[in-house]
Amino acid sequence: MKAAVIIFPGLNRDRDMVAALTKISGRAPATVWHGERDLPEADLIVIPGGFSYGDYLRCGAIAARSPIMDAVRERAADGVKVLGVCNGFQILTEAGLLPGALMRNTSLKFVCREVKLQVTNADTPFTRLYEQDQVVRCPVAHHDGNYFADPQTIARLEGNGQVAFRYAEGTNPNGSINDIAGILNENKNVLGLMPHPENLIEPAHGGNDGRALFASALDLVA
Amino acid sequence: MPYDNHIAITPELVADHGLKPDVFEKILALIGRQPTYTELGIFSAMWNEHCSYKSSKKWLKTLPTSGPRVIQGPGENAGVVDIGDGQAVVFKMESHNHPSFIEPYQGAGTGMGGILRDVFTMGARPVAAMNALRFGAPDHEKTRHLVSGVVAGIGGYGNAFGVPTVGGEVEFDPRYNGNILVNAFAAGLADTDKIFYSKAEGVGLPVVYLGAKTGRDGVGGATMASAEFGDDIDEKRPTVQVGDPFTEKRLLEACLELMATGAVIAIQDMGAAGLTCSAVEMGAKGDLGIELNLDMVPVRETEMTPYEMMLSESQERMLMVLHPEKEAEARAVFQKWELDFATVGKTTDDLRFRVLWHGEEVANLPIKDLGDEAPEYDRPWTEPTRPAPLAANDVPQMDVADALIQLMGSHQIASRRWVYEQYDTLIGGNSLQRPGGDAGVIRVDGHPTKALAFSSDVTPRYCEADPFEGGKQAVAECWRNLTATGAEPLAATDNLNFGNPERPEIMGQLVGAIKGIGEACRVLGFPIVSGNVSLYNETNGQGILPTPTIGGVGLLDDWSQMSRVGFAAPGQVILLVGAPPSRGTHLGQSIYLRDLFGRADGAPPKVDLAHEKRTGDFVRGLIRSGVATAVHDLSDGGLGIGLAEMAIASGIGAEIVDLSDQDPILQYFAEDQGRYLVTVSLDPQGKELAALWDEAQRLGIFAPWIGSTGGTALVLGSARPVPVADLRNAHESWFPAFMQGQQADNAGH
Repeated sequence: MKAAVIIFPGLNRDRDMVAALTKISGRAPATVWHGERDLPEADLIVIPGGFSYGDYLRCGAIAARSPIMDAVRERAADGVKVLGVCNGFQILTEAGLLPGALMRNTSLKFVCREVKLQVTNADTPFTRLYEQDQVVRCPVAHHDGNYFADPQTIARLEGNGQVAFRYAEGTNPNGSINDIAGILNENKNVLGLMPHPENLIEPAHGGNDGRALFASALDLVA
Repeated sequence: MPYDNHIAITPELVADHGLKPDVFEKILALIGRQPTYTELGIFSAMWNEHCSYKSSKKWLKTLPTSGPRVIQGPGENAGVVDIGDGQAVVFKMESHNHPSFIEPYQGAGTGMGGILRDVFTMGARPVAAMNALRFGAPDHEKTRHLVSGVVAGIGGYGNAFGVPTVGGEVEFDPRYNGNILVNAFAAGLADTDKIFYSKAEGVGLPVVYLGAKTGRDGVGGATMASAEFGDDIDEKRPTVQVGDPFTEKRLLEACLELMATGAVIAIQDMGAAGLTCSAVEMGAKGDLGIELNLDMVPVRETEMTPYEMMLSESQERMLMVLHPEKEAEARAVFQKWELDFATVGKTTDDLRFRVLWHGEEVANLPIKDLGDEAPEYDRPWTEPTRPAPLAANDVPQMDVADALIQLMGSHQIASRRWVYEQYDTLIGGNSLQRPGGDAGVIRVDGHPTKALAFSSDVTPRYCEADPFEGGKQAVAECWRNLTATGAEPLAATDNLNFGNPERPEIMGQLVGAIKGIGEACRVLGFPIVSGNVSLYNETNGQGILPTPTIGGVGLLDDWSQMSRVGFAAPGQVILLVGAPPSRGTHLGQSIYLRDLFGRADGAPPKVDLAHEKRTGDFVRGLIRSGVATAVHDLSDGGLGIGLAEMAIASGIGAEIVDLSDQDPILQYFAEDQGRYLVTVSLDPQGKELAALWDEAQRLGIFAPWIGSTGGTALVLGSARPVPVADLRNAHESWFPAFMQGQQADNAGH
C-alpha cells in the first residue's frame, strides 16, 4: 500500500503524520506540495493537521482551493481512500468532499487533551480493525472542532453509517453535534476526524490506540 | 511631508528617546557632532537597557558560562549544548513583559515568536517550549483579563507554529499588579556541525532581508521596554508588535531549507530594534561595516521614513549575509514559501554603519561603539536588608488535614490544567512528559533512547527576602526538577526580571541574585549559556518581586528509565531523600505562612549546594538503576503538598507515620531545600533497602522511610485521612472557578 501526504503551507502535524505512516507501514509516504496538479500513485491520500494558511479567512478555506485539491477530488471519486485529520478534516469539508462544517469550540478556547472515542462504525476501510462500539483513547488539539450540519444531513449521516467516531464517556471537547468526532462520505472512502490518532501509536505516546486506524487504511493486519 | 533628517535635537527630544543627558554627552563626544534624527533613533535603540544590558553586563560576566558540553555560551541568539551523537540542544529564555501588560494577546504571542526565531536562527528546529508567567493578585481587576489574553496569545502563536509546550510556571502576587511577567523559553535540535551564527565575514557581500514586510508596528518598542510604567500606559499600545505565526512557520521552513544549501554566512533575526540591532550586531561581531539602502527594504506601508524603518519591530523578519554565488538558489527557496527576499545592503571594510535613503546618507556611525562596545554602567547598589529568621517556637498551628486541602486549592498550588490545555503539548509526537509533573520531557527524534528534560523555576518571595539565597534556590530547584525525571542537568538559561536598576536597593537585588545564581551554577556544574535581562518592571515607583527565572535542560540517556511523579503501585515504601533528621524545620517565607496566615516574614530556606549535589546525584542513581518507582522533588508547600501531588497523579493514597518529636506543621509544611520523595518497590526489612541506606549514609544523606503507598486517602500521621478524590477536586477546581469569576480561593491572601 502506498500513501501520499499533502503539504500546505502552515500545516504542522505533517511531520507527525509522515512519522506515523512510516512506522506503521515500514515505508515513508510520498509528500506532495499544494501547488502540484498531479498526485503520485497512492492507495491512501492523507491531509494532516495544522494551520494551513494560518487559519486565516476560515479554517481550511484557502487550502481547499489549492490546485492539488482537484486531483484529490478526482481520486476520491475513483474510490481511493482519503483521510483528513484536524485541519485536514476542515479542508475536506471546505472542499465539499465531506458535508457540514467545523465551528469554533463552545469553550472558545484551543483544547489539547486526551478524549475517549467510540468506534461508531467498524465496517469501513478505516475502522475495520477496531471492534464495533469499541471505546479507544485519542488526543485532540484544536480550536475549531465543533462539528455542525443541518438536521437532514445529520439524519442522513447517522442513518447511513457515516458517523465513524463519536466522543464517548462525556469527553466531547468542543460541543460538536451528536458528539461527532469523525465522519465518512457516502462511499465510506473519505474520512475526516478532529482527533489525532497519529499521536497515539507507540509506547512513547503512552498507548497505541490510534494504530488500528492506519493499519486498517493501509490494508495491514492488526 | 518631506522627511527632515536634520531637525534640531532638543533636550526634550533626547529625553523622549530614553537617553539620559550623560549618555547624550557620550554620543556627542563619540561622533563629534549633533546626531541626525535617524541617528538619534539608532542610538536610543542600541544603547537602551534592553539591547545593551548596560546595567547588568558587569555582573553577568561573573556567571559561569562554559563547560565540557557547552558549544556556545551567551552572546549569540541562543546557547548551544552538546548532547552527543553529533547533536546539540539550542535554547534560550526571553521576556516579553512590558508588551504583554499593554496588549496581552499580541504581547505574549510575539514573545513566543521572538524566542522561537532565536532558536531557528541558529539552525535548530524548535522541539519544546515553556513559559513562566507571573500575574498580579487574583482579585486585582486586571488579572483575569491578563491571564486570559496571555494564555490565548501564547497558544495562538505556539500552536499554529507547531511546537509542544512541555512546562512552565504560573504564579500570582500583588507585586505584579502593574507589571506582569511573560518569560518564554524555546529549545531546538541541530547538528553540531550545522550551527549558524550572527558574525558576518567577508567584505562586499550581500546583506539580504527575508521574511515579512516592514511596517510601523513596534516603533520604539525596545525603548519602551526599558522604561517604567506610569498612568499613561494605554498610550503605549501602538508600540506593541503584531504577530503572524503563519509567516513564522514559513520562515522556519524556508530558513532551514536555505541553510541546507550552504548559502548562509551569517544570520540574525530582527527582534528588538529590528533592522538596526540585527545589522549592527552582524557587522560589529565580524569587525565589518554595514551599508544599508532603505529603498530596497520591503515595506507594507507607504511613506515610511528612515527613522521608522530603522526602529520598526515588525515581526517574522531575518537578516542574512549570503554567498553571492548562491543568491539565486536562496531567492528560489523564499519564493517557494512566498516570503520577501531583498538584497538591502552590503558588508564594508570601514567599520561604519551607513544608512542610505533616497540618495541621502541619513546615518553614518561607528559600528563597534553602537554594538559590542556600547557603554557599561557600574550602578551603585546596596546590600539588601535580610529579614530576621523566625523564632524556633513560632509555628502557628492549624489542623493538618484542613491546611493540606486549603493549600491544594489555593492559587499558588492549584492545578494549572486550565492554562496548559490551551497549549498543544504533544505536537511532534515526542512528548514523554507533559506539563503537570516535575519537568517536561521530549524524546530526541530519530534516536532510539535519548530524551531531553526541561524545567523553569524561581521562587520570587525567597528572592525578595534574600536575593542571594533566592538566586541559589532558583538554580537548585531547576536542577532538582530535571534530576527528578532521571535526567542529567546540562545547562541553563536565565531570565532576570527586576525593577528600576537606578535605585540602589533594586540594583542590590540584581547583584545579589546574580551572585547566588553564579555560586549555585558553579557548584552544580550547570552553566548559564544564554539569557535575557528585563529591568524597569515598575509602575508608579512600585517594583516587582525580584524574579530571576531559570530555564534548565537535562539529558536522559534512556527514557525507558525515566521516572514520573505519580505513585507507581500500592504497598511501596516512601523515602524522604535528603531530609534533615526531623524531616522539616524551616517555615520562614513558606506558602503555609503566607497563604494560610497572611505572613511574609522570616528568612527563606538556605540551600546547601554540596548537599544538593550529593542528594541529586544519589536520586538520579536510584532512577537510572531502576530502583526508584516514582520521584517528586519538594518545593512550595513542602512534604504534605509533594505527597498530595504524587497521590493525585496516580489515584493511589499513602499513609505517613508521624515523627513523635517534631511539630506536624514543620514535618508537613516546612520548605527545607534539597529533598525528594522517592518510592521503591523493596522489602522494608530486606537486604536491598538496607544496602540503599548504607550507601546513603556513606554519602552523608538521610533517607528515612516515612510511610507507604496504598488506599484511597492520604493519611498524614495522626491527621484526619483526606480522600485523594477530595485532594484532586480541590486541586482542579480553583483555576476554572477563578477564570469564571468565582472567587474560589480557599487560602486567604
